Amino acid sequence: MRTILYILRKEFTQIFRNKTMLPIIFVVPVVQLVVLVFAANMELKNIDMTVLDRDKSSTSQRLIAKFSGSPYYNVTFSEASIDKSADDLYADKSDMVLHIPQHFERDLHNYKQADLQVLINAINNTSASLMNGYTQSIVMDYNKDIMLEISQKQPQTTDQLEVESSFWFNPELNYKIYMLPGILVVLVTVIGMFLTAMNLVREKEIGTIEQINVTPIRKHHLLIGKLVPFWVIAMFELAFGLSIGYFFFDLPIEGSLVSLFGFGSIYLLVALGIGLFLSTITDNQQQVMFLAYFFMLTFILMSGIFTPADSMPEWAQTINYINPFYYFIRAIRMILLKGSAFIHVLPEALSLLTYALIIFTLALWRYRKTV
Amino acid sequence: MKRFLAFVKKEFFHIFRDSRTLLILFGMPIAQILLFGYVITTDLKDVQIAIYDPTPSEVTQGLVHKLESSGYFIVDQYLSSPDEAESAFKTGDIREVIIFEAGLAEKLKRDGKGDIQLLIDASDPNMGNLINQYTRGTILKYQQQINEGPAVSGGIEVESRMMFNAGLDSVYMFVPGTMALILMLISAMMTSISIAREKEMGTMEVLLVSPLRPLQIILGKVTPYVALSFINAVTIIVLGNTVFGVPVKGSLLLLMAESLLFILLALSLGILISTVSKTQQVAMFISLFALMLPTILLSGFIFPIESMPDILQGLSLLMPPRWFITIIKNIMLKGAGMPFVWKETLILLAMILFFIIMSVKKFKIRLE
Repeated sequence: MRTILYILRKEFTQIFRNKTMLPIIFVVPVVQLVVLVFAANMELKNIDMTVLDRDKSSTSQRLIAKFSGSPYYNVTFSEASIDKSADDLYADKSDMVLHIPQHFERDLHNYKQADLQVLINAINNTSASLMNGYTQSIVMDYNKDIMLEISQKQPQTTDQLEVESSFWFNPELNYKIYMLPGILVVLVTVIGMFLTAMNLVREKEIGTIEQINVTPIRKHHLLIGKLVPFWVIAMFELAFGLSIGYFFFDLPIEGSLVSLFGFGSIYLLVALGIGLFLSTITDNQQQVMFLAYFFMLTFILMSGIFTPADSMPEWAQTINYINPFYYFIRAIRMILLKGSAFIHVLPEALSLLTYALIIFTLALWRYRKTV
Repeated sequence: MKRFLAFVKKEFFHIFRDSRTLLILFGMPIAQILLFGYVITTDLKDVQIAIYDPTPSEVTQGLVHKLESSGYFIVDQYLSSPDEAESAFKTGDIREVIIFEAGLAEKLKRDGKGDIQLLIDASDPNMGNLINQYTRGTILKYQQQINEGPAVSGGIEVESRMMFNAGLDSVYMFVPGTMALILMLISAMMTSISIAREKEMGTMEVLLVSPLRPLQIILGKVTPYVALSFINAVTIIVLGNTVFGVPVKGSLLLLMAESLLFILLALSLGILISTVSKTQQVAMFISLFALMLPTILLSGFIFPIESMPDILQGLSLLMPPRWFITIIKNIMLKGAGMPFVWKETLILLAMILFFIIMSVKKFKIRLE
C-alpha cells in the first residue's frame, strides 16, 4: 500500500510539474465543450429557395407568401430557366428551386392536377429529406385551403384521424442538452485514455521503465500508480463539465448524480484500462498514439453520439458491445435527460465492469511479457 | 541536393522499417472508411415503438401493420396502460409510444373522427423530429387508403427531384467527410510527432549541426509522408467508389490534385504544431485533440454549417477540412470543374502558405 502511495505521489508531481500539458488537460476540453456544443445541430434554418414563378397569378403568389412567411425559408426570385436555376444548386448559392409552371392557377380552377417542380440539393440526405418534408407540408396545407375555396363547400365527410404529438424529456427540442453530455464523454475519455496510454510508453521510449523494473515495485502496483492519477483527473473533468452544462446550458439532471458518477467511475476504468493495454502492446509513442486514435475515432463515430446507433446494421451493433462509448453515452443521456435510475442502466454497468476486469487482466499479462 | 536526397532516403527507410506503424497507417484508413461507410447513417431504421390500444380493431391493427411494414418502425411491446409509457422510455429502447383512443374504429365510423396520440422520446431532437414526421406521414397515407381514393379531384402535386444524390444515400455525405477527417488527422499527426520526436530524443541537435538547411530538414521529413498520405487518399476514393458507389463525376485528375493540396496543408500544419511543441506528448495532444472534434463538428462533416450560430459559422471558415469537403463534394457528386472550386482552392493554398511561413519563422527562432 505504501509503495502505491509513493508511486501515486511521483505520478501526480510529474503531471503537475508539466507546465505545457496542464493547460491542455484542463483548458482545452472546457473551451471545446462550450464552443462545440453549438455546432451539433441538424435543425434546418435559412433554406435558400429560388422561386421561378411562371404563372404569376394570385394563387401562385399566395403560395410563395406561405414560404416567405415561414421562418425556414429565404426566398429569392429568378426569371431564368429551370436549368439555369439548377446552376445555383451547383454553386451552392441555393438549396432548392421551386418551379411554378404556367397555367398553375387555371389548372387548379379546372379541377385538374397542377404540378409543382422542386429541385433539392440532396448531398446531405438528412437536410434534403427535412427540406422536402417541410415543403410538402406547406404545399399540402395550402392545397387544402385552396380546394375549399374553389369548391365553395364543406369537405365531404371522410374519416379523419387526429394526430397529436407530445415530445418528452426535451419538449423544447433543445439540441444542446442532448449533445453536451455526449461531447463531454468524448473529451473526458480522450484526455484520460491518451494520458494513460502515452505515459507508460514514454517511460519505455526514454528508457526509464528499465529503472522502475529493477526496483522492488510489483507490476500491479505500477499499473495502479499509472492509472489512478488519470482516473482522478478524468472524474474531475466529468464533474466540471457537468457543472458547466448545468449552470450555463440548462442541462437537466433528472436522475441521480450518484448513479451517474457511479456509472462514470466504472466507465473510466474501462477507458483508461484500454489506454493502459494499448501502451503494453506498443513500443513507442507514435504507435500508441495512432492505435489509440484509431480506436477512439471508430468508437466515437459508432457510439451513437452524432448519428443514431439504432439505425446501424446488426453487425455494427454487435461491434458496439466492445465500444465503451456506446454504453456511457447511452447511460449518461438516460440518467440526465430521462431520469432513468441505476437499475435501468444496470446491464450496461455490469458489462462495463466485466470489460474492466478483462482489460486489466490483459494489460497485466502483456506487461509481464514485454519486460 | 545529393545530401537532401540521401536524407529523404533515410527518412523513407526509417518509416518503412517500422512495419507495425506502417500497418497502422495503411490499415487504419481502410478499416475506417469501410466501417463508417456502412455505419454512419442518419436514416431512420427499426425504431422501437410501443403501442397502447385498448380496443384493438381492424383500423388500429391495419395502421400498426402499415407502420411496421414501412421498415422504419418495430413494435417492441404492447402496453396495458398509458401510464406504462414512462417506464418504457426509461428502460431505454422505446422511442415512441402510440396511444389509440378507446373505441377508435367505432368513433371513426360514427363521427368520422378518431384521436391518436404520439408520445415521442425527444431527448435526441433530430430523431424525435424525424420519428414524428414519419409517423404522421404514415398515418396520413393510411387515412387516404381507408377513405378509398381522393375525395376531391385535382389539387397540387409536388414533384421533388433530389439532385446529386437521387437515392438520398448517407454515404454520399460521409465518404467525402471521412476522407477529409482521416487525411487531416493522420497527416498532421504524422509530421507533428516525427519532428517532435527528434527533439525529445535529442537527435534534432544532430540534424541541426549537419550541413542540411532547416528547410531541407523539414522537406526531407515531409516527403515520405506525402507519398504515404497520397496512397491513403487514393485508397479511400477507390473504396468509396467501388464499395459504396459514390460517383466521381468530375475530373479524376482535379480530384487527385486537390487531395494532394489538402495533404500538403495537413502536413504543413503538422510541422507548425511540431515546431511549437517540445515533446511528442504535447505535439500529439495538439494535433489530435485540437483537430479531431473541431474537424468532425465544424467542417460540415455531419452537421450543416448553415444551421450553426454566426460565430461558429465564422469559426468554420478557419477550418481547412471545410473547404476540402466542399471541393470534393463538388467534384465527386456534382461533377463540377475548376470554375466552381477555384475559390476554395485558393483558400487552401493561402493556408498552406501561412502554415509554412509560420513554421519557418518558429523554426529559426529555435536555432538561435
